[in-house]
Amino acid sequence: MSARAARWRLLVALAPLVAVLAALAAGAIFIAGIGERPLEIYALLFREALGTGYGLGQTLFRATPLLFTGLAVALGFRAGLFNIGVEGQMVLGGFAAALVGAYVPLPGVALALAALAAAALAGGAWGALPGALKARFGAHEVINTIMLNFIAFSIVSYAGRTLFENATVRTREIAPAAELPRLETMLPALHGSPVNLTLPIALLLALATGVLLFRTRLGYELRAVGLNAPAAEYGGIAIGRTQALAMTLSGALAGLGGTNFVLGYKHYFELGFSGGAGFIGIAVALLGRNHPLGVIVAALFFGALSYGGLVVNQRVPRELVEVLEALVILFAISAQPLLERAARRWS
Amino acid sequence: MIAALLFLAAALRISVPYALAAMGSAVSERGGVICIALEGLMLTGALGYTLGAYATGDPWLGVGAAVLAGALVAWLHAEVTVRFRADQITSGLGINLLAAGLTRFVLVRVFHSSSNSPRVPGLPEIPLGALGRLPGLGALLASPLVLATIALVVVVQFLLFRSVFGLRLRAIGERPEAAATLGLPVTRYRIAGVLCCGVLAALGGAWLASEQHSFTDGMTGGRGYIALAAMIVGKWNPAGAAAACLLFGAAEALQIVLQGSAFPSELLQALPYLVTMLALAGFIGRATAPRAIGVPYDPEEA
Amino acid sequence: MRAPRIAMRGITRRFGPLLANDRVSLELEPGEIHALVGENGAGKSTLMRALFGLLAPDEGEIVIDGTVARITSPLVAMRHGLGMVHQHFMLVDPLTVAENVTLGREPHAFGGAFARARAEREVAALAERYRLPVDPRATIAQLSVGAQQRVEILKALHRGARVLILDEPTAVLTPQEVDELSAVLRALREDGASIALITHKLAEVKALADRVTVMRAGRVVGSGPAATLSVERMAELMVGHVPAPLAARAERAPGEPRLEVHGLEVRDDRGLPAVRGIDLAVRAGEIVGLAGVEGNGQHELIEALAGLRPPQRGTIAIAGRAVSGRNPREHREAGLAHIPSDRLRRGLVPAMNLAENLVLGRQRDRDVGRGPWLGGGALLAAARPRLEEFDVRPPQPRASAARLSGGNQQKLIAARELTRGAAVILAAHPTRGVDLGAIDFLHRRLLAERDAGRAVLLVSSELSEILALSDRILVLFQGRIVHETTPATTSERTLGLHMTGRATITDAPLPPRAPVPPGGLA
Repeated sequence: MSARAARWRLLVALAPLVAVLAALAAGAIFIAGIGERPLEIYALLFREALGTGYGLGQTLFRATPLLFTGLAVALGFRAGLFNIGVEGQMVLGGFAAALVGAYVPLPGVALALAALAAAALAGGAWGALPGALKARFGAHEVINTIMLNFIAFSIVSYAGRTLFENATVRTREIAPAAELPRLETMLPALHGSPVNLTLPIALLLALATGVLLFRTRLGYELRAVGLNAPAAEYGGIAIGRTQALAMTLSGALAGLGGTNFVLGYKHYFELGFSGGAGFIGIAVALLGRNHPLGVIVAALFFGALSYGGLVVNQRVPRELVEVLEALVILFAISAQPLLERAARRWS
Repeated sequence: MIAALLFLAAALRISVPYALAAMGSAVSERGGVICIALEGLMLTGALGYTLGAYATGDPWLGVGAAVLAGALVAWLHAEVTVRFRADQITSGLGINLLAAGLTRFVLVRVFHSSSNSPRVPGLPEIPLGALGRLPGLGALLASPLVLATIALVVVVQFLLFRSVFGLRLRAIGERPEAAATLGLPVTRYRIAGVLCCGVLAALGGAWLASEQHSFTDGMTGGRGYIALAAMIVGKWNPAGAAAACLLFGAAEALQIVLQGSAFPSELLQALPYLVTMLALAGFIGRATAPRAIGVPYDPEEA
Repeated sequence: MRAPRIAMRGITRRFGPLLANDRVSLELEPGEIHALVGENGAGKSTLMRALFGLLAPDEGEIVIDGTVARITSPLVAMRHGLGMVHQHFMLVDPLTVAENVTLGREPHAFGGAFARARAEREVAALAERYRLPVDPRATIAQLSVGAQQRVEILKALHRGARVLILDEPTAVLTPQEVDELSAVLRALREDGASIALITHKLAEVKALADRVTVMRAGRVVGSGPAATLSVERMAELMVGHVPAPLAARAERAPGEPRLEVHGLEVRDDRGLPAVRGIDLAVRAGEIVGLAGVEGNGQHELIEALAGLRPPQRGTIAIAGRAVSGRNPREHREAGLAHIPSDRLRRGLVPAMNLAENLVLGRQRDRDVGRGPWLGGGALLAAARPRLEEFDVRPPQPRASAARLSGGNQQKLIAARELTRGAAVILAAHPTRGVDLGAIDFLHRRLLAERDAGRAVLLVSSELSEILALSDRILVLFQGRIVHETTPATTSERTLGLHMTGRATITDAPLPPRAPVPPGGLA
């Protein structure tokens, strides 16, 4: 391959980085527009988010649910599926965990494990539903998962009539046995921050997802379906069933995303706790190119943005972070085809 | 009888923004471009109206600003999806996020509030004589945007199914290669379809803002997605979508009436979504999208 | 002498290393039907696509009515009076005939409305004038294939086409529809139009064409009035004189039948019958070559045998086990190995690496992975010797399959399929688009498999390949086996004739299919 072609190929592989830089540049225009100095703001943002113990803890805390949802979306994409239902799956997962934690009489670690399992099961079921609809009726999962997001909110609202504490929109506190400890007990440098045990769980699951995708038979079949369905069919892989399974696993991961807040932070379920982590999860998966390692890095980036945005709130409205997130998505999806086309034309 | 009229008026009032957005989405998708950005477009229109009406005191200029803003945001979506050929669904989601952030940003910077803008004038009423004295309905029909919406149902239906533009757009949404071999500029038509979507959805947002006489953070509250659902249930037909919107509006009106009572109003809240899922699974007849939808058209690969 | 209406001179076009058109010249006169004949890959479609502006020739020129024309797009071609009826129709299914025909030149009414009634009248008048019966109000989805083709022709005529290019028009038609089309083409010719007919059906060429140009491997190998070229001569030119190198083959007595097919009927994607009742058997230790031009049912037959397309009727048995045709895994486990005709779509996952592609279809085999595990070092290690054994270049297990050349991709697939110990090997167009070295390698391997006692069904449109490898040869035409022979007792010419429907030169219908006993005909 010529040197020029190799250079273009490298650029295409670095598309996510290009997208991030482009988004930051566009954000810089905003910052300048309101009279602040972009580089100073960015430096402050990232220094606070990654440079201090407390800041790092906050960043990690915010990155944790993104890690779960990012993995969920990435797994779906690998099987050729678009799981936009991660928000609803996360809400139901958190809800299930809160209920188990508050009402199921199990001792010690068993309760925490049961709560986690409940989160995974609830999310998994909520992913299995659109998966089955696709396998059986060919119904496209994009719209179905969006609809299920809203139905999940309705379910929780309805259940909340009886299950929410008086005059609140939250459930009863979970039993102490179900609480997941904060990491600051083990890592004093993170003192004060709410990052908790769900982070190592998420990291383990990222590892597990990687192993599943690249070292197991199921993962192979899943990837084959996502990369070239006719060839997968030729290879004897049941496409519908594989995709339904992928949606279920994806939903389970998203469901676990709710435990960061419910089991590790506030210790109850509260309406609206998810705060859009589902949708950002899509951005995380995109940026991370659907690879567990990439998802970890991307989740960290968005977590830093989220906390850093709070820090600079005095000088730059926090909404800038949202705008940046959106710009990253738009740039990321544009960068790939644009760079590929440019590479084709000039090499 | 009066109660029925009042209920009908309530349902109609609720369904106006849905119908506008749903029709817009139908136009875009008939051309082959998925427009999940309805939520963001409506929000943009609402803010545009508020800014325009606030700055000039004239609600009609507010409408103009809304339309302009909507067209601008839609144009972004069009560029990303049609020209850059990026994924249409993610682009729509990105635009929704962008609109949410940007509108909030403007709200804070311009109106110095993180939740709502100051009061702005709504659209003036049209004197309708005897018709205007009908309980509930009268006041509703006197609102120009409501009349416009009803008229638009007819216009957009005509545009899609009886005009030359609509014929070409639909051909492009079904089989762009065939249209291209006949010399039709696929890119231009698709962009036009997306712009129509932007304008109509923004009008829906303008309606919301004019009814509320202000802009509040996140005021669209998921309406864009319901409009999307209505379009699917309406089988990508503006008239069908409008009818579905009326149904959803009635369900929502009922839900408001029953809120707080023993009846699970959340079920009614979830009704539009359940119906859409049924439609997608084929239980309400075949709901098939235009054949070439979602696939970026690549002239080199033709 | 008057200049011809269309003159293509010295047209040359390459696709990478492939020379699709090599200094091709062609002339079209007004009021003639000119057939362009050749096998798949001969370059006929490329030439006509260049004429219609769908691609640009690397060299050469096109002269229309005496002036050089630069045809950069179909739009320009249409302005020059050219019209093309593609093999895969460019029609919009949910729209009506009138809408499809007038699209882009629609009659307007007040306010930008589509003047539907006027359009329908225009189309009806056009249909009447050229005797192309079609209902302007019907939607395309409701029409038969023959009617759809008439719409495609009307589209061209509506734009005032004086030159009509038809790409394999009768491939999709029933015999009656072929007659109707022939009448239409003759009428158009009387009207003074020039018609270029791309086809491989020699009988029709004789019946319809005024002049014929035969192409092979990108060059014009023969041209002249149709009356002076016999069907035999055309077939000979099409197929060429490549002598079949009969490799020294060990004489073997074939064993038990390992693949048995009875009364198989399979439909194509459109729901039309593609395989119309086939009986065949392949025995252990023999290679049965199925010859035929593409489009005569091979694709559907192969898919049914591989478990990718359930048959309408009939039975398939692999190594004695009845299989359903619905489940590729079932067929594999019964003992089938399949080298698919479309390697990029079916045979490989191009984005995966070579080691991973080597387990496609085998990912559940016990020798490939233990329990749920698959991949990693074991996979890579297992891949290397196979890649080397089958001469895949580069033999790097981590390389992406997309970057291999066609020949190496095919060897990769062979490395996967021919090492599974399957009883039956289905090789579909195994050397299509493959370089000579790889072709030689693959042929040797297939012969080795046969010597090892496997039953091989070779489906191919390359006669040299069929003759070189087969113990027995069957010819497939229009979904039926129409001829059976052996390499020693036949020639390319004879096979070519059967492949192009020699039996239908007369107007008599095809003789009823005679059952072919597994032992073959003497």
